[in-house]
Amino acid sequence: MNALRRNVLKGAAGAGTVAVAVAAGLLKPTQALAAAPRSAFEAKSVGDVLKNMGTAAPADSKDISIKAPDIAENGAVVPVEVTSGIAGTSMIAIIAEKNATPLVADFNLSGGAQGFVSTRIKMGQTSLIRAVVTAGGKSYTAAKEVKVTIGGCGG
Amino acid sequence: MAEPMRIRATMAGDVADVKVLMNHPMETGLRKDAKTGQLVPAHYITEVNASVNGAKVLQAGMSGGVSKNPYLGFKVKGAKKGDTVVVSWVDNKGDKNSAEAAIG
Repeated sequence: MNALRRNVLKGAAGAGTVAVAVAAGLLKPTQALAAAPRSAFEAKSVGDVLKNMGTAAPADSKDISIKAPDIAENGAVVPVEVTSGIAGTSMIAIIAEKNATPLVADFNLSGGAQGFVSTRIKMGQTSLIRAVVTAGGKSYTAAKEVKVTIGGCGG
Repeated sequence: MAEPMRIRATMAGDVADVKVLMNHPMETGLRKDAKTGQLVPAHYITEVNASVNGAKVLQAGMSGGVSKNPYLGFKVKGAKKGDTVVVSWVDNKGDKNSAEAAIG
């Protein structure tokens, strides 16, 4: 139990420096890679992320459910689970709207993989978590707000 | 980065429930070292691939916004008990790791 507590504290330390680093323009560009367009991961606004992913205007959908805590005590570790009930879901992306680089991860599903992903993300501050789903060439979206008491974008 | 990666895959009905725990610092490149005040260089997983019996089921892209020691859960329909799940990742420094497990 103590070890867990220490990890939590460690995760929270240094969170304050994030805003400073962002303000100073220290965001590092990463090299381009083969997977989903890295430009989407470097985009600094939700609009740019969607543009770079080629899902510029996703339609709101009630068939996407996002399971995440209403209040996250530790922004360094926020469990997020996205389930898409849309048939033929081929991609699920998770976006933390107010993070320095909002796109957290995208998951391309194939060969029997269900419209479901579960992971843990960092959040700098209270914000909407947005899931973007592609199915049959169309894109859909849903969002859920998560309140963060201690930011954790710094790790 | 030859830290072990853990995979647990179990059948729930006709769907395999796969859970993966990767060992990685996932540094965003925005965090400062508490002692030196220098920025800790970015070091995070950029791509994760998963396959069942050699057929690709998941290709994920990640940023530093995924938590340290990333957890990933996904479900695969049509997989059977005893099938082999292989998960591999690559990070922004070119380090790689791969692990496999049988669905139980």
